Amino acid sequence: MAAPLGAPETAEGSLKESIRLRAGNFANTSDPNPKQRPHMFFPNQKKRRNVVSVLLATAFLSGLIACNKKDSANQSSNDILIGHYGSLTGATATFGQSAQKGIEMAIDAINASGGVLGRKLKVIVEDDQGKPEEAQTVATKLISKDRVVALLGEIASSNSLAAAPVAQASRIPMISPGSTNPKVTQVGDYIFRVCFIDPFQGLVMAKFATNTLKLKNVAVLRDIKSDYSVGLANFFVENFGKMGGAIVTDVSYSQGDKDFTAQLTAIKAKHPDGIFIPGYYTEVGLIALQARKLGITVTLLGGDGWDSSDLWKIGGTALNGCYYSNHYSVDDPSPILRKFVADFTERYRKTGDTIPDAMAALGYDAALILADAMKRANSAQPDSVRLALAQTKGFMGVTGSISLDEHRDAVKPAVVLEVKVDEKGNGRNVFKESVSP
Amino acid sequence: MESFLQQLINGISLGSIYALVALGYTMVYGVLRLINFAHGDVYMLGAYFGFYLSRILQGRTPYHLLDAALVMFLSMLGCAICGLLMERFAYRPVRRASRLTMLIIAIGLSLLIENAGQLIFGANPKFFPQLIPESHIKLGGLMLTNQQVIVLLTAVTLMILLNLFIYRSRTGKAMRAVSFNMDAAKLMGIDTDRIIALTFALGSALAAAGGILVSINIPGIDPLMGVMTGLKAFVAAVLGGIGNIFGAVLGGLILGLAEVMVAGYGSSTYRDAIAFLILIVILLFKPAGLLGKGAVEKV
Repeated sequence: MAAPLGAPETAEGSLKESIRLRAGNFANTSDPNPKQRPHMFFPNQKKRRNVVSVLLATAFLSGLIACNKKDSANQSSNDILIGHYGSLTGATATFGQSAQKGIEMAIDAINASGGVLGRKLKVIVEDDQGKPEEAQTVATKLISKDRVVALLGEIASSNSLAAAPVAQASRIPMISPGSTNPKVTQVGDYIFRVCFIDPFQGLVMAKFATNTLKLKNVAVLRDIKSDYSVGLANFFVENFGKMGGAIVTDVSYSQGDKDFTAQLTAIKAKHPDGIFIPGYYTEVGLIALQARKLGITVTLLGGDGWDSSDLWKIGGTALNGCYYSNHYSVDDPSPILRKFVADFTERYRKTGDTIPDAMAALGYDAALILADAMKRANSAQPDSVRLALAQTKGFMGVTGSISLDEHRDAVKPAVVLEVKVDEKGNGRNVFKESVSP
Repeated sequence: MESFLQQLINGISLGSIYALVALGYTMVYGVLRLINFAHGDVYMLGAYFGFYLSRILQGRTPYHLLDAALVMFLSMLGCAICGLLMERFAYRPVRRASRLTMLIIAIGLSLLIENAGQLIFGANPKFFPQLIPESHIKLGGLMLTNQQVIVLLTAVTLMILLNLFIYRSRTGKAMRAVSFNMDAAKLMGIDTDRIIALTFALGSALAAAGGILVSINIPGIDPLMGVMTGLKAFVAAVLGGIGNIFGAVLGGLILGLAEVMVAGYGSSTYRDAIAFLILIVILLFKPAGLLGKGAVEKV
């Protein structure tokens, strides 16, 4: 057994040696005739060779993968690095994809006009697959490995809530484009958002249901796995009750469910005149379809989690005449928004995605507000950026004038949109009304 | 009462899909004593084959039903081939190895298919096209769609066909013989390799049918759709007595009904918890499952 080491000291030889030594002193090198004593782990030499080659192959492969990764992190040192973590794949994929499109547009616009503090901005994007645990992992990676000075993300509140403690502990400012659950910015003073929060959104939909639609008996169907859905459902129930409406039943589903017939049948038996479904678009589309199949014809209502072109593709005509609250309407005549919509259409026409949804607009605003804070702070240091961010007042974004309050939440009006989808699954949202806080 | 009947229909529709997938688990277990964990992913593959095929085939024949039947038949064929490949290249080489080896390979295969699926089909959910235009059927206060009826009828027909095949045909008899005692069957001149391959092909085809039938009713498909359904179908198979064809159907129906009743009258939060609770309780009292025969160990 000592013989193989007679060969020149190759990598393979030394690896073998170290494996042998680590395996214990059982096959001692000083043993005069080791072959007579079987090795503890590798009783015959051939097997041992096999094991060693498998180990080597594994080491080689993982080395290759590691090298590949290194290349992507290799950038010019003068850029200001910003991290974006979002759901580029998964059940809420359009949220992350849209936000990324908005962020890209904003960053390119900023860089085209000279960048910030004479330096270019660069976004490093990571996919969290729409899962909270992944959001935490990639946020950690962006902060500790890529050394970003600020984080943008997420849309879904549960994912923001998972990543926010990492940003807070590392003292890296984080701006969520679209998480509306109040708990997100309560994580700490490094966490900001550029959208309104659910107590307001719940109030808007309760007002709309009571005053505009004249609904009296509403059923609630909430996603029990999502902080966003549970929070928004609670605020709706509270406000709708105060306005004299009755909640006839309050049932739930879990994100990822496909079959909602049981809950819908239970809802149908209570004869509501409307159903409030504060979920995300994948499930909402399926719920709408199944509700119509069961002969439920009443209006469905929801929140900004509905905002995705995929909603139309899944739900189709089942969604006609349904309403949801949102951050902006694409039909808003304000010149800054018209320019944004035109630029977006121009830029993403090839991807077949011509109308920016709210997540794209919010991603755009989040990146602009971050750049604005860096300019005002005259620094890209995370702490100075945080202080400047907290003082954001009256910033004109595409989703309206953005001022951050003492809880680091934006105070903005909300709009109510009506969904209209044709037979082919092409949809559009029609502006119904705007509600100011 | 009306809503109870409606829930009954919901439960049976859900249960019939579990039953179709559970049949694959139970058949493979019957001949090989192997729990083929990749079976749920074959169900997913079936749905995706259906998705791509219907893009090509939809509207090619004068009748929607013929379109749908063609899509389903070809997907079943595709999945049967996948099942054959799986058996030939992943399971046959280790058939003589310990059962644990096979089990680990099954788990590995399942992860491989899921992740390859995310790579090839994309991780985003896709929307299954409407193969059969929807129309409503009103039955008193009950609401049914023609799709639900077609799905249910197809599932039942497939189960009856399988039953006839296993209990009435020569090959079916050979399959039962292999399941009873593989070595003895071999000695009697049965080509066990061929029978085992056939079992995989049949089970996979049924899973594909399940995948398409589900997608007709619920059009969202994603590469991980087989994970939970596969697990539930496995529970259904064990519940009914794994290795027993009728047991798989019974288990599937019980599980589907239990889930719907829990979600409809209790809380949907506990929907899956209840499914697995039922499994535990039944196994405590009947360790071999509802219709399973307890094996007598010779001492």
